[in-house]
Amino acid sequence: MSTTPQLLSSVQVARFVAHGFLRLDGVVPAEMNTEALGVFAGDLPVVPYGTPVPKAFPEDSFARRLVELPSVAGALRSLVGPDPTVDHHFVHTRQPHEGSAQPLHADALIDVRPDAFDVQLMYYPQDVTADMGGTLVVPGSHLRRINESDTGRYQNLLGQTRLTCTAGTVMLLHHGIWHGGRRNDSDTVRHMYKIRFNPTVPQVRLWDVTDLNSPAVSEELGRTFPWYEGATGRLEIHNRIQLWRTLSGDADFDIDYWATRIANRPALRSQA
Amino acid sequence: MTLAEHETTRIPAGVTRQQVLVLYLSTSALDAQVVGWARYDGTGTTRPTTGDSDEPPYATGVAALEDGWRLFQAAQLIPPYPGAEHETSFLKHEFFFEKLVQL
Repeated sequence: MSTTPQLLSSVQVARFVAHGFLRLDGVVPAEMNTEALGVFAGDLPVVPYGTPVPKAFPEDSFARRLVELPSVAGALRSLVGPDPTVDHHFVHTRQPHEGSAQPLHADALIDVRPDAFDVQLMYYPQDVTADMGGTLVVPGSHLRRINESDTGRYQNLLGQTRLTCTAGTVMLLHHGIWHGGRRNDSDTVRHMYKIRFNPTVPQVRLWDVTDLNSPAVSEELGRTFPWYEGATGRLEIHNRIQLWRTLSGDADFDIDYWATRIANRPALRSQA
Repeated sequence: MTLAEHETTRIPAGVTRQQVLVLYLSTSALDAQVVGWARYDGTGTTRPTTGDSDEPPYATGVAALEDGWRLFQAAQLIPPYPGAEHETSFLKHEFFFEKLVQL
């Protein structure tokens, strides 16, 4: 198996910027998934906030092998760059027939950084079926400025993703994504292992940029989602244009002239 | 006994309880398309929760009226704050409905 990180393409990163998450189905080998259930049954090692990955996760530890899988390592490097620090890690466990769901929320404090983002890795070591109530994710919600569970009133949004997946699936999420652990109505204990990464370098052109000028980049960034209100949905695309300008280092990037038009300030000509 | 069963059996027959439906619409018009929804059941017979359905209960706000829900609150239209015109946050077009249920 190749150990070279598999960098994302521009189109994939644009998809992340539009959706707020990237899904890697079944990328963790079966033997690691089996091992994970034992690892998660015990106590995870304590990792102080902001610890570099090699120090947080010693060589041959489960977490280190997880984040060094070529597809996971490549996606992480494409989004947060080399040498990120581990913000925190935690195993979320949902007991069978647990009576409640998490309210829809974004993690941590309201985060208003326009030019940087953290990435949260979510790893599912077992098959997640519909009645196990996997993670609820709202595509395209990550650029909306909300504080933690103030969105708890929203039970369902059109086009939401109610995760079902095969064992070994990994999701990488923008820190601002609206999400929540759904109620587990099955007889099976459900585990999800989360690691939050902080970038330590500017998040500019960290991926494979050979397709940077592909029309498919704009197509991805211009995507709308069924839960968007008509008018606000346009603002979401405007905000993605601003984020893509930062990530791509292209200050003139635009979609349908939207950002250029409203920034236009013609100089007044002399009347003389 | 679940909390729901407890609540139901505690309520004497013949009393009235409120069910609440919240619809989030695509525009500020009540006949616009539903993009989000939540339900709260004062009868205690159901416990709707986060992420429990993919299909909205009604296509539009007016469709809820036609089914007997009574509108009691709509979101105010508030202009964007200067300097924050491009920021996005909560869903803007929130409509609260009620149904009164005889137990």
